[in-house]
Amino acid sequence: MTGTLAAVGAGLAVIGAGIGLGMIGGKAMEAIARQPEASGDIRGAMLIMAAFIEGAALIAILLSIFIQ
Amino acid sequence: MSAQQHDHNHDHDHDHDHESSSHDGHNHDDHSGHNHGAHEDQNGSHGAHHKNVFSTDCGSAAQPVYHEGYDPAGTAIHHISDANVLTIMDWIRIPLPAIIYNTDRGIEFFSTAKFEPGHHDDGHYGYKDYVLYQGNIHRIKCKAFKGADKFEVQGFDIGHGTNAAGKEIEKRYAIVDSKGYLIEQKTIWDGGLLGGGVTSFYDLSPTKNVVTMGIVALLLFLMFRAVAKAYSRRDGQAPSGLQALLEPLVVFIREEVAIPFLKHKHKRFLPLLLTIFFFILGLNLWGQVPFLGSVNVSGSLTVTMVMALIVFIITNINGNKHYWSHLLVAPGTPWYVKLILVPVEILGLFIKPLTLMLRLAGNISAGHIAILSFVGLIFIFGKAGTNFSGSLIGTGLAIPLTLFMMAIELIVAFIQAYVFTILTASYIGAAVEDHDDHH
Repeated sequence: MTGTLAAVGAGLAVIGAGIGLGMIGGKAMEAIARQPEASGDIRGAMLIMAAFIEGAALIAILLSIFIQ
Repeated sequence: MSAQQHDHNHDHDHDHDHESSSHDGHNHDDHSGHNHGAHEDQNGSHGAHHKNVFSTDCGSAAQPVYHEGYDPAGTAIHHISDANVLTIMDWIRIPLPAIIYNTDRGIEFFSTAKFEPGHHDDGHYGYKDYVLYQGNIHRIKCKAFKGADKFEVQGFDIGHGTNAAGKEIEKRYAIVDSKGYLIEQKTIWDGGLLGGGVTSFYDLSPTKNVVTMGIVALLLFLMFRAVAKAYSRRDGQAPSGLQALLEPLVVFIREEVAIPFLKHKHKRFLPLLLTIFFFILGLNLWGQVPFLGSVNVSGSLTVTMVMALIVFIITNINGNKHYWSHLLVAPGTPWYVKLILVPVEILGLFIKPLTLMLRLAGNISAGHIAILSFVGLIFIFGKAGTNFSGSLIGTGLAIPLTLFMMAIELIVAFIQAYVFTILTASYIGAAVEDHDDHH
């Protein structure tokens, strides 16, 4: 049962990450559409923010794998 | 000791040497030809696999069992863990020295070549009371076990039990002389969080993570030394060669990371930021190449913990009066806000390096696990090597997925190094910034 709960926890964490990353991507697309010449800066900022949010999700996944 | 050799004959229902050229237990010469496929075919004729029941931890009767199928989770965890043997593609094994501090006997030095690691990095022999299981040194816990300088280990098996806290854990057994002995792993100081604990020996040896870190550090040193000499030799000319590769990265870190966060104090901390960036980048990229030992250094929590600790120490040593006053005294807020804010700030002081550690380790480990799972598809579809057409399908699926995942991992390698560096710069910048910059 512990194993299943860990899997459920990991799945929930990824839902949060998915929503967050989707919002970042969406807003970045909108921003690029509004101002195409800033697309380089926007892309850079988007990648950095994505790294942070993925970090949070991966922390949750790592802990759910390893905490027995 | 020689009497042990002959008892193997009747107990070997399922053993490697189907060729039966010589029944002296493991026939090492045939290991190169050993493959699970042939084993499985023969297995069918042997009947059901024997399942060992370990009634006691110390010498209950057991037979060596062999991996029946492919265990994706176990293989993934094995490949992202540290090991005392440097294995290249499961073929070349470079044994590393072992330095063990044993609570009974003190410090012991020996080479892991004594274990003669074989398939899956399991040792065929033991030394004193140490055995090598999955590339890591374990110790036979049983006090009644008489260790010898070289004793044969027939195999390993896993049993289940509950630990002191009542949680179900897996217990590992080494099968020596047809008896299963409980083995314990090295001491891991994680408070039981990740399955570790304090055991009777400390493994202080240079493992493959340590060797890889040394190699990457040496490589970085040689690269940057060559580039520095090129600058003095070709003063005023356009950069070329290695210079042209590294200069944009160094300038990028200086202009985009150090100066925006550290402003006029950036020269003092630029060496640290550059070291962190290139070391993490080098480790990430090295771990991506499968035939350089398939090491997972930056995904190891220990390595990232030390780097986060270094950042923590440097941030707090260089914290000036304003930093500490903002943290502990929170000027400009009423007392009831201070009551909540100060503990949260102090907690944040420790959580920031903690997240640095977990973010890097999690991203890199997750990438490795994904790649290992995709490659494992080949074995799952091919039923551990028995089904050829299945493994073809598996290969057809695995290759594009793995290529895609490795491309992502390349980007992740750069991004994670960059994120670690930029967060370090941010924390140090917050610690050293002057009063007039802010309010």
